[in-house]
Amino acid sequence: MNVNKSINKNNFVITIATVNGSGSQSANNILLKTLFRMGVPVGGKNVFPSNIAGLPTWFWIRAEENGYVARRAKADIFVGMNPQTLLEDLKTLRSGGFFIYNSDLGTQLQSDLAQTIVKEASIQLIPISFKPLVDQSTDSIKVKKLVINMIYVGVLAKLLNLDLEVLNLSIADQFENKDSVITVNKKAAELGYHYAETTLKDIPFPYQAITTEKNKNKVLMEGNTAAALGWLFGGCTFTAWYPITPSSSIVEKYIQLAQKYRKTSEGKNKFAVIQAEDELSSICMVLGAGWAGARSVTATSGPGLSLMAEAAGFSYFTEIPSVIWDVQRVGPSTGMPTRTAQGDLLSAVHLSHGDTKNPCLLPGNIQECFEFGQTAFDLAERLQQLVIVLSDLDLGMNLWMENKLTYPEKPFDRGKVLNAEDLEKIGQFERYGDPDKDGIPYRTLPGTWHEKASYFTRGSGHNAKAAYTEKSDEYQFIVDRLAKKWETAKTMVPAPVYLQSDPNLASKDQASKTQGGKVQTKAQIGIIAYGSSDLAVKEAMHLLKEKNIETHYCRIRAVPLTPDILDFIQQHEVNFVVDQNRDGQMCELLKSEFNQVFHLIESIRHYDGTPITAESILEPIVKFLVNMAERRN
Amino acid sequence: MTVTPKTPPANAPVTAPANKNKVNLEKKDYSGSASTLCTGCGHDSITAHIITATYQNGIHPYQIAKMSGIGCSSKTPAYFMSKSFGFNSMHGRMAPVTTGAKVVNGSLHMIGMSGDGDTASIGVGGFTHLIRRNVQMCYIVANNGVYGLTKGQFSATADKGAKQKSGAYNPFDTIDICSLALTLGCTFVARSFSGDAKQLVPLLQAAQKHRGTALIDVISPCITFNNHDGSTKSYTYVREHDVSLQELGLVQPMEEIKVDYREGSTQRVQMPDGSELILKKLGANEHSVSDKINALKLLQESANAGQILTGLFYINESSPSLNEELNLVSEGLFELNESQLKPSKTQFEEILADFL
Repeated sequence: MNVNKSINKNNFVITIATVNGSGSQSANNILLKTLFRMGVPVGGKNVFPSNIAGLPTWFWIRAEENGYVARRAKADIFVGMNPQTLLEDLKTLRSGGFFIYNSDLGTQLQSDLAQTIVKEASIQLIPISFKPLVDQSTDSIKVKKLVINMIYVGVLAKLLNLDLEVLNLSIADQFENKDSVITVNKKAAELGYHYAETTLKDIPFPYQAITTEKNKNKVLMEGNTAAALGWLFGGCTFTAWYPITPSSSIVEKYIQLAQKYRKTSEGKNKFAVIQAEDELSSICMVLGAGWAGARSVTATSGPGLSLMAEAAGFSYFTEIPSVIWDVQRVGPSTGMPTRTAQGDLLSAVHLSHGDTKNPCLLPGNIQECFEFGQTAFDLAERLQQLVIVLSDLDLGMNLWMENKLTYPEKPFDRGKVLNAEDLEKIGQFERYGDPDKDGIPYRTLPGTWHEKASYFTRGSGHNAKAAYTEKSDEYQFIVDRLAKKWETAKTMVPAPVYLQSDPNLASKDQASKTQGGKVQTKAQIGIIAYGSSDLAVKEAMHLLKEKNIETHYCRIRAVPLTPDILDFIQQHEVNFVVDQNRDGQMCELLKSEFNQVFHLIESIRHYDGTPITAESILEPIVKFLVNMAERRN
Repeated sequence: MTVTPKTPPANAPVTAPANKNKVNLEKKDYSGSASTLCTGCGHDSITAHIITATYQNGIHPYQIAKMSGIGCSSKTPAYFMSKSFGFNSMHGRMAPVTTGAKVVNGSLHMIGMSGDGDTASIGVGGFTHLIRRNVQMCYIVANNGVYGLTKGQFSATADKGAKQKSGAYNPFDTIDICSLALTLGCTFVARSFSGDAKQLVPLLQAAQKHRGTALIDVISPCITFNNHDGSTKSYTYVREHDVSLQELGLVQPMEEIKVDYREGSTQRVQMPDGSELILKKLGANEHSVSDKINALKLLQESANAGQILTGLFYINESSPSLNEELNLVSEGLFELNESQLKPSKTQFEEILADFL
């Protein structure tokens, strides 16, 4: 893939390197939002350290006219504002790329080594002395540190030919009508713009942002924000949490939303949020609340999930509705808290000891983060068990484009709850029986005013009547029923989404959905993925199609795995399972669930902590096909 | 299916027949399954006192949630009030489970039954934070200084120098649950002895009416593993070293005060439901139950003197409970329906406008 030296419309990657805590986030958001509002399909990824201030941070913007805005490894345009990383940063620029940097930083860029890199890669260096521009924009020393970021936005605005009206609107929105702040930021952007206009006019800059209609009716949102919205509209009333990166922003956003939209006219709260003392307590509060009848949730990440293990098994065995929203980060252990991975899958499915199995939802985009906000509660209450949603840092904390969310019309499913009137009508109430033969019992809520209502919840052996037991047959009845419930869950969890390769997949994914795992055309290659790998998979399919390689795609959206996934696997000579973890956890899950087709499954794994790229999916597939062709010859 | 009503019948008689309480129930309506604890276990006495207190308070079993953790103590909710919901949770997790349930359904009377291992070791984190939050509940610790179910290991409330049945000595300082609770800001702190119905029943009654977390540390001898010479939690030791701070009586609302207080100073505490707790000084210790500092001092001094000081140490009816602090709607969060919870389409559009 060579950079087109002619004009490259709406197709570029910008990396901005700064120091965290320097205020660059606002400037970067303004730049991204301006592109988005111009109709340029974009995505934004914030690569930040586990640190408050002083360490390197990068912001990646990818514009791609077809909407393939997953991460791409190398940048076309680099903005270097952090002297610590400039030399390393140079290596992340594409050959022929543009390296804009702050020449006031006294760097060693002019050294022989740097010159060599620059020459070899034919990189265009654009040194800019930011200091005089900052000095012109403000006298305040405190403000200078912040507005320096708006100057590079101004420079890029000129180079990329951004719509200045949209830029100014985005500045105003970012600073929420704080006039003095808006004025100084606009001024800084103008100074940068003017500088580029006069000083950089002879540089042949091939990247251009062109206004289009493509982003009409789209939103630009983080998955965690969409999740918080999902909780709000999904009827969540109880939340307990312990702060942990990268999940904290869900609860923070939810609190903000609930305080505005979940108060009565008298100012009373129709929600409760408790910041717990640890994750043990978070999940136990959630269980108490779920038992008492509320839609209750906790948000966490890997280390918190581990602490919740005992309670997960308790929820499974006592059949208490509850939800854990796990925004995955890199493990094992503390791992890299600000880097992304899908490494919690197996532990989530089997979280806890003794044959525990938890349904998991795997949102793959902003829409699903929103939608599964409600789905998770519906399933938890319908199935009467813990449902774990597995998002990840890339999906949760980065900015993704999505079709404008629609108002959720689907009614809440509150599951099998018997009230006093129901109890009056029925002959007998057995809390852990199976009257409907679907593995799901009926429950009553504490406080129900009826003599038949009460029962005893216990994690110890119990019979259908909820009485303590150590009898083999009574115990086995319960766990066999739970296994039956797992089968029932397969008919209720979100079905996989199927796609076939198409040059315009990204815009046609709805249209090319097929039913029941049956795909319309014959392709030899299947790709199976889940979660935040979605866009990268679609781009990889597009690139494979350009090489005349047809692929079919099955995106799994939940565990338990459903039988139609087996159909899909059987329809293809080889199925590549894309995991963002070292051990290919989904691949393992598929192999154990469908062991008859293990020979049709190959694992593709991306696990360096960065968001997955199309290349990292494409390359192993191509390599595999080449090897296969060689073996056949 | 819809949610459930929570209000008791409004026509409950004010003056009930002699063998019935104000919600028209007999004492047997408060009984539970037969105990499977060792014969002579202190916990069975606590069970009996809970039944008496709850019956006398006239709280309907349907309004009660019996909460516990894991351990001998935590089995007891099965042995009282079968008509109430019970929640036998995980080891050390009664506190957060109860917090979640109480927040969601504020009309439930929470009776928590925990043990010394459950509260002072594995669950000490949840315990301390329950107190910080002032979750409204009656929190009983059946404290015997040993892990009974695992056959007699020391717990964190075993006294320094106490002897195990095997002869081993405990070299570590005890965690005094009452001092800990006071330090944490607990709004109701008491200690009693499982064998002292006269003291424990009114304490339980008051605890059930308290505005926030009511903690009662009940010394409850383990007949099997901690009732020997050298134990500081045996029946004999406790009887010999028990020093009662007060004589207690609880007068229900509208009830005529019949408590006899001939000599010694008395103190009255008004409970939120209009009942009155009357405390009559016993012995030499001068103490006001609103004086937290003095409570700590008395606890320390009595421990140094080798005494087991019992009674009500501290009570504060002016601190808001967690539910009050959370400023919740009057109905339970559990019974809010979709139309009450889902913001409107206009509000949805308003929210999305930020992301366009």
